[in-house]
Amino acid sequence: MFKYYWKYTPYLFILPAAIVLLIFFFIPFFQTFLLSFLDYSKNIYSPEFIGITNYAKLFQNPIFYKVLWNTFIYLFVAVPVLAIVPLFLAILINQKIRGVTLYKILIYLPVIVSIVVAAIAFKWLYADQGILNYIVTLIGLQPAGWLTDPNFALYSVIIVTIWKGIGYYMIIYLAALMSVPKELYEACDIDGAGFFTKHLTVTIPHIMPTIALVTTISAISAMKVFAEIYVMTKGGPLNSSKTIVYYIYERAFENLDLGYASAMAVVLLIIVMAFSLVNILCFEKNKYQI
Amino acid sequence: MLKGVKIKNIYTHIILIMVSLLSIFPFIWLISTSLKGNSENIFAYPPQIIPNDFTWANYSGVWHKVNFIGYFINSMIVAGGTVILNLILSAMAGYPLARMEFKGKKITFFAVLSTIMIPFQAIMLPVYLITLKLHLVDTVNNFAGFVGLIMPFAVNAFGIFLMRQAFLGIPKEMEEAAIVDGCNVFQLFWKVLLPMVKPSLAVLAIFTFIGSWGEFLWPSIVLTKEAMYTLPVGVNNLQGMFSSNWRFIAAGSILSTIPILIFFLAMQRYFISGENEGAVKG
Repeated sequence: MFKYYWKYTPYLFILPAAIVLLIFFFIPFFQTFLLSFLDYSKNIYSPEFIGITNYAKLFQNPIFYKVLWNTFIYLFVAVPVLAIVPLFLAILINQKIRGVTLYKILIYLPVIVSIVVAAIAFKWLYADQGILNYIVTLIGLQPAGWLTDPNFALYSVIIVTIWKGIGYYMIIYLAALMSVPKELYEACDIDGAGFFTKHLTVTIPHIMPTIALVTTISAISAMKVFAEIYVMTKGGPLNSSKTIVYYIYERAFENLDLGYASAMAVVLLIIVMAFSLVNILCFEKNKYQI
Repeated sequence: MLKGVKIKNIYTHIILIMVSLLSIFPFIWLISTSLKGNSENIFAYPPQIIPNDFTWANYSGVWHKVNFIGYFINSMIVAGGTVILNLILSAMAGYPLARMEFKGKKITFFAVLSTIMIPFQAIMLPVYLITLKLHLVDTVNNFAGFVGLIMPFAVNAFGIFLMRQAFLGIPKEMEEAAIVDGCNVFQLFWKVLLPMVKPSLAVLAIFTFIGSWGEFLWPSIVLTKEAMYTLPVGVNNLQGMFSSNWRFIAAGSILSTIPILIFFLAMQRYFISGENEGAVKG
């Protein structure tokens, strides 16, 4: 094709986006590393260079290990549920049955509702004299302080994240299910294979890439949870529901210790970038046509 | 045979109905609480879904004490501005990446791709310092405050790649014909190509809108004035305002959800068709 544009035109088109990405992505990215070597805690206006002291302090801080551990519990609980349950629901919904659209709308509803409203709704369910404790006593168990007992708080918050994510991943799976060749199911029906055999031998192998994709996306989002914790527990009680983003927020904006918080942000950055790299290189190569 | 199919469907329906109920039950219970009057114990055992002392008073009460219209307008300004900038910037950047040859194209491509890996939560502290330095905060004036809320989300890699993909799908002959007809490159972009990628622009607009509308972390960091609160920040603030008045907190939460609910129901095919999921996820 003949060249119909001035040689600088492409740059003109890219420039506005490039400026925004430069100011709000690339500069902050490098600055995060820089800030992690500074001490803001003595004077917020003139930070002092202290080398790796923030990291040294960080790796001696038991709360940091607690917070990392909580974040990994978040991953280990939320990710398998979000990879499996939505797949099961998608398989059920992908049949010729009545009311499919209504089911999809209702199950998707938590996805679009603000996380703040969702967290408030659950806080109300979890209240000491709330409806959950009523149900619990009905089945003969002891009522619990779902958000006030250190043994339960983290899991109570994880449930909100799971509840809010199921519809999203279900729709991703539904799209993938449409691409499974119908003939394979017909072959199964002729062989007289049951529901589980059919899906274990045909569906699962076919949509393995999507399962892997959902696993990494949900892992990345689990690393980034903040609003649920902020609204429901503020990380408490006794740091039992504090995860890494919340702790960064707390150290930076409540204790104004930007350097220390940045050292933690670097840790978060490294973990999330590793997940994302796996995701892009293994599962989304085609999307970006590398 | 027919009977077997029907029985299987019954189990399917039972499971799907139960999951649907679990999905909406937290809202149902919130609505129920918001409609109970002061003479009804909201902690009563067994819990009453249908209010005994039915009233709208909590809604009018919270409406008079909280500036929902203000929060709504703020959210509209922020989400609207974010959507417009995303459409313009993503389309502009996506076009040369799809259709032009230039020096540094590969590097640009990978630079954009690399931003996907950077979570906002990890870089938010410098973003905050930069926003302060650029005076884009509500302590300067409201306009600066809105710009500060919008700019960090004005464009992202997902949008750029979505638009690039859309431009890749347009036949080259379209461009050639337009150039032969005497269009310059800007007319070509604006009058010929953009109308052809409208479906992708719609997807980008809808998902950017939902994302921006629900954003909580960034506004709760930068906002200092209650008059600038967006809906999520305002709703979170209800907890502080009405500490244990769950009737008001519930009514306020439900009120704040109505706009996005209408938006979702109007646009539901974009969300539940499955074609667009993961296309734009921040």
